[in-house]
Amino acid sequence: MNTGQQHQDIKFNDDSLELVKKMISRYPEGKQKSALLPVLHLAQAEFDGWLSVPVMDYVASLLNIKPIEVYEVASFYTMFNLKPVGKCLIEVCRTSSCWLMGAEDIVRHIEKKLGIKDGETTKDGMFTLKTVECLGSCGTAPMLMCGAQFHENLTTEKVDTLLANLKTEGKRKTYLDDVTIDNY
Amino acid sequence: MGRKLLLKNDHIPGIQGYDVYRQHGGYASVEKALKSMTPEAVVEEVKKSGLRGRGGAGFPTGMKWSFLAKPAGVPRYLVCNADESEPGTFKDRYLMSRIPHLLIEGMITSSFALGANTSYIYVRGEYFYITRILEKAIAEAYANGWLGKNILGTGYSLDLYVQVGGGAYICGEETALLESLEGKRGNPRIKPPFPAVKGVWDCPTVVNNVETIAAVVPIVNDGGEAYASIGIGKSTGTKLISASGHINKPGVYEIEMGITVEEFIYSEEYCGGIRNGRELKAVVAGGSSVPILPKNLILKTAAGEPRLMSYESLADGGFVTGTMMGSGGFIAMDDTTSIVKNLYTFTRFYHHESCGQCSPCREGTGWMEKVLHKILDGHGTLKDVDLLWDIQKNIEGKTICPLGEAAAWPVAAAIRHFRSEFEEFVKNPTRIKDVKHYYRLNNLPEPVI
Repeated sequence: MNTGQQHQDIKFNDDSLELVKKMISRYPEGKQKSALLPVLHLAQAEFDGWLSVPVMDYVASLLNIKPIEVYEVASFYTMFNLKPVGKCLIEVCRTSSCWLMGAEDIVRHIEKKLGIKDGETTKDGMFTLKTVECLGSCGTAPMLMCGAQFHENLTTEKVDTLLANLKTEGKRKTYLDDVTIDNY
Repeated sequence: MGRKLLLKNDHIPGIQGYDVYRQHGGYASVEKALKSMTPEAVVEEVKKSGLRGRGGAGFPTGMKWSFLAKPAGVPRYLVCNADESEPGTFKDRYLMSRIPHLLIEGMITSSFALGANTSYIYVRGEYFYITRILEKAIAEAYANGWLGKNILGTGYSLDLYVQVGGGAYICGEETALLESLEGKRGNPRIKPPFPAVKGVWDCPTVVNNVETIAAVVPIVNDGGEAYASIGIGKSTGTKLISASGHINKPGVYEIEMGITVEEFIYSEEYCGGIRNGRELKAVVAGGSSVPILPKNLILKTAAGEPRLMSYESLADGGFVTGTMMGSGGFIAMDDTTSIVKNLYTFTRFYHHESCGQCSPCREGTGWMEKVLHKILDGHGTLKDVDLLWDIQKNIEGKTICPLGEAAAWPVAAAIRHFRSEFEEFVKNPTRIKDVKHYYRLNNLPEPVI
C-alpha cells in the first residue's frame, strides 16, 4: 500500500484523543476494536482526507490492535481513501434512480467543468471526482455528496454554483462537517 | 387519507427536538411499557400486531424477538439496522432526520422488551450527518431521564449509542452489520448460529430495521390488535414507501397496507402519476433486489386482480409474474427508459458491493456487469443474453448471504419480462453505435438508449 506520499508527525490533538476515549467507552471491556470505523473517520478528517500507512499504524496503536486489522478494514469500506484526494471529494451517485433522473449528465458536466475524469483530482488539489453507488437520496435525484453534505435535485446550473462556492471557500470538506438540511 | 402511525406528526415544526416531540405524546410507550408491562407482555403485543421486518425480508418481528436466547449472566443486545443502502430506499433517512426521537423511543421500549441494557444504532457512513441528529436526540433523552440508570425509577437501565459505518451495502445484512460493529470487514457470517443465539461479541442479539423499531411505539401505545386491524391479511399496519424515478411527486409516503398499486402511483395523495404526461413502463417495487415488473403486471396480477401494496399481493404469481415488497423502495420508470441500461446500473452496484467472500457472487456480479456493458456497447450476441441468464442462475442460492440472490433476481426478471429489449440491442449494434458516435462528434450528452 505504498502510495509514494506519507504523513509525518502523526498524533491526534487533545480533543480528538478525548473523543477516541469516549468512542472506546461505548463498548464492553476489551472490545475497543469496535471503535475502529469511527476512529478511522476521525483520522481521515484530521489527516488531509486520506489514510496513509503511518496514519493507520497510529490508529492501530491507539486501539491496541495489529496494523493489519486496520488495513483490512480501511481497504474494505468505500469511504476510506487510501490515496490522497482533493480538498473537496465530489461523490456523484449513479445508481438506478439517479441514473433515471440524469446522473450521467451531471457527471459529464462536472468532468468538463473541472477538466478531470471520474477518479481524478484537479491540478490545484481542490477537487476529486468520484462516482459512487446509491447514497439513499433517490427521491431527490440526481444528487452528489461533498463532505457530509448532500446536494440534491441537481441541475447543471446548481452544480456550477456549488463548484464556484466550494472553490471560493477553499476549505477541506469532511464527513464530520456540520450540514444544512434542505429537504428534510 | 390513509391512517398514519409513524409520520402522523412529521410536518410539525420543531418535531426534531425533544420538547415538541414530548408535547405530542412522545415517550408515552416507554412510560407504559416500563411502568405497567412486563418485557414478555411487550413481546406479546408485538406478536399480536403481526409486525413484519421492514428492512426487506419481512420476517415476523415478534417471532424474531422470541428466538432471543437468554442465558443467565450473558448480556443481550438490540442493534438497530440503519444501514439503509438498498437502491431506491430512503425512508429510514427521512424518519431519522425528521423524527429522530421516534427511533430513540422505539429503541428504549424494544430494548426493555428484550432485556437489553446496551443498544446500538448502526448508521451507514454516508448518513454521517444523521449520526449527529441521533446523538443530539439521545443526549436529550438522557437529560430527561429516558436513558441511563434506573429509568423512571423502575430499576431498568439502558445505554444507547450510535455507530457509524464506512460505506458498504453488505453491512445491511445483519451478520455483516455485526461484524462491522465489531470493527471488522463486513463479511456475512455463516448461519447458524443465528444472531439471536450468537450475535455481537458472541452474545445474543436482535437486529431490527429503523422502521420496524419505530413501529413498536404505536404498537405498545395502542395495542397489538389495533395495529393488526390496519392492513390486509398478514400485511398488517402501515409501511413507509420510498417513491422515486419518473413520478410527479417523489418522496416518502406512509401507506396503509392493502391500497392498490394503481392508487399509489396515480393518486394525488401519493406519487401523483407519471411525470411529463408519459406512460408508465415498469416498476421496481421493493428496492433494487426485487424483480422488475412491466406496467400490466404491476397494476394487475396475472389473474387480472388489482395488485395491492402488501407482502402477499406483490408476491402473487411468484417470480414468474410477481415481485416482492422488499424494503419498499418503489422506483417507477416511464416509456423512455432502457430496461437494459437500468439493469446495468443495478448489476454494477452489486459488483461494487459484493464483499468477495463467495466466488459465485464475487465473480458472477462482475461477469454480468461486463456482459451487460458489452451488449449496451453494441457488441453483444444473442448468446450473451442466454449467458446472463445462466450466470444469474448459478449465483442464486449458492452464497452465504442473500446478496447473491439480490444480484441475480433483477437480471432474471429483466430478461424474463423484457427479453425483446436485449435482443433489440444485439440485433441493431450499428444503430446504437451510430447514434452514440453522432452525439460524441457533436459534443452532446450521449442519449439514454
